[in-house]
Amino acid sequence: MKAAVIVFPGSNCDRDAAVALEAALGHPPLMVWHRETVLPDVDLVVVPGGFSYGDYLRCGAMAAQSPVMREVKDKAAGGLPVLGICNGFQILTETGLLPGALIRNAGLKFICRDVHLKVETADSVFTRNYEAGQIVRFPIAHAEGNYFADAATLDRLEGEGLVAFRYATPEGAVTAEANPNGAARNIAGIFNEKRTVLGLMPHPERLADDLLGGTDGKAMFDGLVEALS
Amino acid sequence: MSSKTTPITPDVIAAHGLTPDEYQLVLSIMGREPNITELGIFSVMWSEHCSYKSSKKWLKTLPTTAPWVICGPGENAGVIDIGDGQAAIFKMESHNHPSYIEPYQGAATGVGGILRDVFTMGARPVANLNALRFGDPSHAKTRHLVSGVVAGIGGYGNCVGVPTVGGETNFHASYNGNILVNAMTVGIASADRIFYSAAAGVGNPVVYVGSKTGRDGIHGATMASAEFSEDSEEKRPTVQVGDPFTEKLLIEACLELMATDSIVAIQDMGAAGLTSSSFEMASKGGLGIAMDLDAVPQRERGMTPYEIMLSESQERMLMVLKPGLEDKARAIFEKWELDFAVVGHLTDTGRMVLTHQGEVVADLPIDPLAKASPEYDRPWVPGVKQPVIAPEEVPAHPVMEALKTLIACPDLASKRWIYEQYDHMVMNDTIGRPGGDAGIVRVHGTGKALAMTTDCTPRYCLADPHEGGRQAVAEAYRNLSAVGARPLAVTDNLNFGNPEKPEIMGQIVEAVQGMGEACRSLSFPVVSGNVSLYNETNGIAILPTPTIGAVGLIEDATKTASVPFKNVGETIIVLGETKGWLGCSLYLRELCGREDGAPPPVALHREKREGEFVRRMIAQGAVTAVHDVSDGGLLVALAEMALASGIGASIAAPQTLPAHAWCFGEDQGRYILTATAAEAMVILEAAQRASVTARVIGHTAGDSLTVEGQGSISVQDLRQRNEGWLPGYMAATATGA
Repeated sequence: MKAAVIVFPGSNCDRDAAVALEAALGHPPLMVWHRETVLPDVDLVVVPGGFSYGDYLRCGAMAAQSPVMREVKDKAAGGLPVLGICNGFQILTETGLLPGALIRNAGLKFICRDVHLKVETADSVFTRNYEAGQIVRFPIAHAEGNYFADAATLDRLEGEGLVAFRYATPEGAVTAEANPNGAARNIAGIFNEKRTVLGLMPHPERLADDLLGGTDGKAMFDGLVEALS
Repeated sequence: MSSKTTPITPDVIAAHGLTPDEYQLVLSIMGREPNITELGIFSVMWSEHCSYKSSKKWLKTLPTTAPWVICGPGENAGVIDIGDGQAAIFKMESHNHPSYIEPYQGAATGVGGILRDVFTMGARPVANLNALRFGDPSHAKTRHLVSGVVAGIGGYGNCVGVPTVGGETNFHASYNGNILVNAMTVGIASADRIFYSAAAGVGNPVVYVGSKTGRDGIHGATMASAEFSEDSEEKRPTVQVGDPFTEKLLIEACLELMATDSIVAIQDMGAAGLTSSSFEMASKGGLGIAMDLDAVPQRERGMTPYEIMLSESQERMLMVLKPGLEDKARAIFEKWELDFAVVGHLTDTGRMVLTHQGEVVADLPIDPLAKASPEYDRPWVPGVKQPVIAPEEVPAHPVMEALKTLIACPDLASKRWIYEQYDHMVMNDTIGRPGGDAGIVRVHGTGKALAMTTDCTPRYCLADPHEGGRQAVAEAYRNLSAVGARPLAVTDNLNFGNPEKPEIMGQIVEAVQGMGEACRSLSFPVVSGNVSLYNETNGIAILPTPTIGAVGLIEDATKTASVPFKNVGETIIVLGETKGWLGCSLYLRELCGREDGAPPPVALHREKREGEFVRRMIAQGAVTAVHDVSDGGLLVALAEMALASGIGASIAAPQTLPAHAWCFGEDQGRYILTATAAEAMVILEAAQRASVTARVIGHTAGDSLTVEGQGSISVQDLRQRNEGWLPGYMAATATGA
């Protein structure tokens, strides 16, 4: 299996994603510069976290217009799995690969801490190594992670089982207290219709190593490698 | 200002912060009257901020060498050997004055500046820390300043993608008009690829990279060298604006270029911008520079030579390249969409010759400016020693009630509200997150780690600057030892009032002497530092605050210790002597409303022995948790271990001391360890062999903290008090309270 990590000016979790992928793959992923117009032949694309182009406009808005994202969008339409983490999720919504938008956190501040998530479905290449209903701990680190979509879109996402993760208490209750940023219906991550594209605000790559305090994120990368090899 | 038309009057000279004597020195160096551009250059080069003219004499007394020191003070940052051909590069720097005037940008550009000092030398920055001092929480400006400074530090560091892993925050009325924002960066480089600032090679190109030069920050260095008064806010235009995105690109582009062996010398444009960077490089290399100011990338039209040379626009670097490599270097900077301009070349004249629109607009001898800046031996008086306060002289409040007050007081309340606004995990190597004794960052791709901390107890420094200087160093040493790191070296950030006052100068002298004593005794040299003076408003000085930043090495990243209790039923051991020293303590201040008394003395010979012992116990895996005892004393330290874990403890105080003195005395040189009952026996025996005082005081238990005969408090209750204060205080902003 081959994977690529997209690198924008201002990406800063590109190396973190590459390290987590390499641990699962056994070899490093390809790093693809934002100006590329053709993607290498890969089985997975990761759009990493950071502040693409400084995010001085709406987060991800400029990255969505980059040459490489036009190519990612085309390939994703053909079924290529795409994982967007944090700024990557913002870019995927701006690109139109995922519905909705990520707006300013309800508390108006950047938040960096571990959160608990309820895995909504194991039926995807991203979540196959989790169980539906499982509670996992991933860190968040964002100021604009408040997922927003109109009620009809939210109903459709829920109705079609396209919500991937929700913020929850350590015991698994999906409550307002467990929601760090005001996200609609506690949504932390969503799929596209075919569940081949996942965008999520929390960082699975940050807890994929015992020394860093946990390995709940590792199962996502291991699962991807198993599914796509 | 035009260089031709501005007459050099006594008012203009005074406005540039030069004394009449200093101006006489300017005249003798120049052999003629300087023009306004030249005067501006003298002004910033000789500002306290750039020249260290008041502190130099005393800074020279600090120990700066050790077998593991690769580069001590004098370069952009200090460099130490961390084994395996790798080096740690670090420094701390203040951005106090700008942060008070414009907290968000002041603090943000403070982070940007210290990051540049570190990557200029070839290191990838891997961690940031910050030591913050704010005024009294009840002061009208404090909330606004806390909010802006924290957002600024986060806004910059988070975007650049360097984790902010530690620091400290205090509140005291003496900082009402002068907050302190001391930012520290630690980076990692190859020990054989360190980049220095000495220019070499006559004819070699001088290259400008990064952001364009604008009119922001002109005279920032001069502002940072004067006292504040009522009209300080009018100085807002001298605060620079940060662009962390450009900084991120600059880091990547510089590191990419550094890997190609093209650079002769490199220097970031910090305080005094193009002036200090060009003078510094030329002076260190004993060369001259001919520079064409028209070639400097400019953000605005019509900038004068004066403005170009004195601008403190951020995210800029100056470098000397090897000849013929300009195109190769340009390609890298163009890839990162940054400006790249050859602005001049090195000469053998020893002079800085600046041309602008075809005319020579400044012609200055470099060495007299850079090296012959005034150096003062300012008069000083020793501080008045405070009396030692016996434990019995301090009123005894009920212990558990006192704990409730202390754990929620501004200095001890949880700083989660602050550090959760900082990305402390990006780069995926943070092993020890904020909230512990020291931040721990794995050296990427290796099995070792660096620990880092910032420390100072300003109230001790006010009572006795010498003892306070010793204590700041010793506490840093302790914090590193407490996580299992071998302390290697320190960076200092000396924040004081007006050095022209003998009593303030006395604080500086005595604090530096105390620091030097501790650093020598602990083999803990000073490798970099920064001085911030004139922290006074309307004649009121801050508490003397010599902040220490320190770095230690953990050979095996799997062998560290942390603050939380791990299991119930484990033995709690205190290392070091508890004599109930309440003078200058938080107990005295928070419970009795007094800030008097001598501070607790530090026994340096014992510090070393205990630190080594703690590190050995951690390396052996004998301990389950470690925490140093500092502000608030033993019971506060225990409460912090309980808070970090949710596990309580049951403690017995000895009958030999008043309970409040035993619980809250701030005797130095102490650690709390926990271990299984079996390991505890091993530790006690080892302590005896090592001549380290160790005493069992209780065990971990349940979910309450209990002191025999004094009562009990649930960890839940402690948590509400400890976590509640800062968010509650800050939330009052939104409601306008």
